[in-house]
Amino acid sequence: MKAFDWIVQFMGIGLAMAAAPVFVGWVNQCRAWLQNKSAPSILQPYRAIRKLFHKDAVIAENASRLFRLAPYVVFGAMVTAAAVIPSIATRLPFTQAADAIALVGLLATARVFLSLAAMDVGTAFGTLGARREMMIGFLAEPALLVVIFVVSLTCSTTALPIIAERLSAQSFALNPSLAFTAVAFTMVLLAENARIPVDNPATHLELTMIHEALLLEYSARHLALMEWAAALKLFNYACIGLAVFIPWGIATTDDPSSLAVSVPLLGVKLLAAGAGLALIETLSAKLRVFRAPEFLATAFLFAVLGLLVRLLLGA
Amino acid sequence: MNMTALPWDLQLLNTLAALLLLLSFAMLSQRRIVALVDLLALQGALLCIATLLLAWRTGSHHLYVSAALTLGLKVIFLPWLLHRLIRRLGVYWDTEPLLNIAGTMLVGVLVVIFAFGLAQPISALASTATRNSIGIALAVILIAFLTMITRRKAMSQVVGFLSMENGLFFGAMSATYGMPMVVELGVALDVLVAMLVLGVFFFQIREQFDSLDLKHLESLKEDQ
Amino acid sequence: MEFVILLGAPLLGAMVLGVFGGRDRAPEANVGFSLVTFLAACALTSRIIAHGNLLVAREQFFIDAFNVFLVTLTAFVGLTTSLFSRPYMRIEAAHGRVSEGQQRLYHSMFQLFMATMLIALTTNNMGLMWVAMEAATLSTVLLVTLYRTPASLEAGWKYFILCGVGISQALFGTILLYFAAEKILGSEGVSALLWTHLNAVKGQLEPSVLGLAFVFLLVGYGTKVGLAPLHNWLPDAHAEGPTPISAVLSGLLLNVAMYAVVRCKVLVEGSLRSSLPGRMLMGFGLLSVVLAAFFLWRQRDVKRLFAYSSIEHMGIIAFAFGMGGPVANFAALLHMTVHSLTKSSIFFAVGHATQKAGTQIMDNIRGLITLSPTVGWGLMMGTLAILGTPPFGVFASEFLILTTAMKQQPWATPILLLALGVAFAAIFGRVQSMVFGDTSARRLPHPPALIPVFTHLGLVLLLGFFIPPYLADWYRAAARLIGGE
Repeated sequence: MKAFDWIVQFMGIGLAMAAAPVFVGWVNQCRAWLQNKSAPSILQPYRAIRKLFHKDAVIAENASRLFRLAPYVVFGAMVTAAAVIPSIATRLPFTQAADAIALVGLLATARVFLSLAAMDVGTAFGTLGARREMMIGFLAEPALLVVIFVVSLTCSTTALPIIAERLSAQSFALNPSLAFTAVAFTMVLLAENARIPVDNPATHLELTMIHEALLLEYSARHLALMEWAAALKLFNYACIGLAVFIPWGIATTDDPSSLAVSVPLLGVKLLAAGAGLALIETLSAKLRVFRAPEFLATAFLFAVLGLLVRLLLGA
Repeated sequence: MNMTALPWDLQLLNTLAALLLLLSFAMLSQRRIVALVDLLALQGALLCIATLLLAWRTGSHHLYVSAALTLGLKVIFLPWLLHRLIRRLGVYWDTEPLLNIAGTMLVGVLVVIFAFGLAQPISALASTATRNSIGIALAVILIAFLTMITRRKAMSQVVGFLSMENGLFFGAMSATYGMPMVVELGVALDVLVAMLVLGVFFFQIREQFDSLDLKHLESLKEDQ
Repeated sequence: MEFVILLGAPLLGAMVLGVFGGRDRAPEANVGFSLVTFLAACALTSRIIAHGNLLVAREQFFIDAFNVFLVTLTAFVGLTTSLFSRPYMRIEAAHGRVSEGQQRLYHSMFQLFMATMLIALTTNNMGLMWVAMEAATLSTVLLVTLYRTPASLEAGWKYFILCGVGISQALFGTILLYFAAEKILGSEGVSALLWTHLNAVKGQLEPSVLGLAFVFLLVGYGTKVGLAPLHNWLPDAHAEGPTPISAVLSGLLLNVAMYAVVRCKVLVEGSLRSSLPGRMLMGFGLLSVVLAAFFLWRQRDVKRLFAYSSIEHMGIIAFAFGMGGPVANFAALLHMTVHSLTKSSIFFAVGHATQKAGTQIMDNIRGLITLSPTVGWGLMMGTLAILGTPPFGVFASEFLILTTAMKQQPWATPILLLALGVAFAAIFGRVQSMVFGDTSARRLPHPPALIPVFTHLGLVLLLGFFIPPYLADWYRAAARLIGGE
């Protein structure tokens, strides 16, 4: 692999780390517009993270080393995931390290550490959040995997960058299988990133929390890393969705000018994706927690239907 | 890369077939009876569009007549009749089934896989452009059958039955570009008369039991 | 010409009685239309005897040895049932169980039912056969629920849904049949659905598709025959409607469905060249016989008892057709005829018996002989006939079937004998206690119609001794046509 590819690789990682908080800010801004409220500035998440880094960490007495380690593991997993996801280019040297299924595994690692850390301190809300997070995860993962299977079947590979390259080379055609999996992927995205209708990210009522409950015990730099990792997770999911379902414009050659096209195009796509996400959140009501499995079963069903349609119709 | 570009009308037909499958799953999980009838009407509309596409593609006139028949009967008349019945009988909601919705969906997926397997030899022998959709037609039939089994209100069972007829029609279309006109007219007439008979029947049931819940219709046992 | 009258008379009757069926003379009009139909059937029969097979209306209708005697049988039983229903419905009206509107529905649907059955029997188009069978079901659904009791509504619902779902499977089978035939016969017109054309090319039809098609067709039409395990609707539907309807459902519709199954079997066997269809039919037939025989013990309602007996006999017929070969087919065709005549005569007698006793529960019907000797003896003789007592015709056909079974499928013979024995004990015991003993039954407002009962029984007795040569020739010709071994 040439030096240029390595540069692009690290650019991608850097872009993900830098742009993730502003993406969250953008989603919040869109939601506020749709709901006729005024949002804080788009750059507010940066300020929040910076503020947290300056504080002193307060840790419970009975917290184990896992508790201190978890934020770093989670953040590291998210950054590694960002390395394998083709956001601006498809020629990524790190592709050989992890394919799409390993990516799901990385996300699962993050989830496991997050849940364990929440249970580590022994508070009621932490355990509650951990249990709910694992339930959502255990139902969402099969759906995500089937989505990846369908896309892999279509492109005969499981490496995400190569999938993106092949799908972008193909002209637009009506693919019901991809349409169904897109719906399934969106539902999984909503569930995994703690968005309405599965979880309200802005809630302060602990009994309704799923993701927020896992972060209750954290403070200062640990909390900063966790918040950043959550933003990165959303950014990663959005980039996966864009790479698979709207891949056109991504840089597939080692020509620097292709980057000049793909980076702004990514920005535009993310703006649209963020707006779409805010729209879905505004139009849906939060589901009761015991209805979340039904929601995810529907996602799984869509994904399996996409797989079956692909196998039968070849489309 | 194994995606060869199909002509646009075949792509559209494939999409319609996939949507039909999706609709039958939607009907499997739907508990509101009014929405169920609307989904049935939508299924009929998709069938009509598919028939028109095939008619345009093959140039056969009897398919145009078939499409018109589908439109008139399955999209307009039957849903209207069912809506009228729902209003007059006041049945709006179906009760919870024995197996929950998620479980029913999983069984539905298994049924679809079975249907695809069963249809493989037929697809291999067919010479129509839509031969791949035979599996989907069979899946729609079997899922409609599953819908009928898992329901407790008479109206929902009837909608499942009509959905089965839709699947049969789609199967005939995918395998052989439709049955001869005489037969299609006969089948349409049968369906129409069946619905009219049912309308009368429902009133009789309602008059006797004050309800269209099927638990009232299960008392005759083998040793009566 | 006779053919036009054959189909036109019941259709016209349905329309006329749809308007005037509630009047005083409607039952007589019903008999009139049925008589015209029967005379047309006889004329058609004599033409077939003279000229052989007949193709009518540009090959849309086909009369051959197999369906001509069924057509005559249907018209005959239709006539005698309409004769029976004259006093029966008058008594029901006098007891207040049917209103004028219901009478109108009954009479017009009766004629329409006859028409659809005749169309199903004579059509050459497999698709139209399906349409006619479904129409026959639909025309009787509202008749099963005529009395509007909870039990009859339940019976009607089961009948509608189970038969509807079953027959949808048969439609899929027909589609598959058309699919296979289209390759050989082309898709112009209806050639690929005409039985005569299919029969000519059956060796070239794709075996895998026809095998699959037969499964669906057997399940579909088999539901209408009442083969176990698809028989659930039968006891209820046959027990809950007015008795004339029970008589025609048991006696005629089951035969028509069996005819459809056998027509399909001929095609599929020609294509598969194996005995798989035959074995499937045998399996279903045996299962029906055994299941029915054991369920007979648990029945408390007299019409349900005889409905299960219908399932049993249809099972025997299916078993015989499954075995195939000239003797078994001959016996099955004979059995179809005598079962139809005997079962309808039993239902006639039962109809008046239940009217006298005011109930269908067997424990509450006693001593029919003392109050009305003709009803009592009619029931007794009919029961003896249906149980296979010599010299009635049923004995002859069952004997032929059992001896063929001993030769070809020896393992099945003990099962059949056991089931027949169990059924004999169950039915005979019940009927004996109904016919003899003390009674508290009442007089009927109109004299009962017993000529039909004894006419049928007389015919069955006759067929036990002597089968007219042309009838025997038809049976043999039809047996050859059905083939199988």
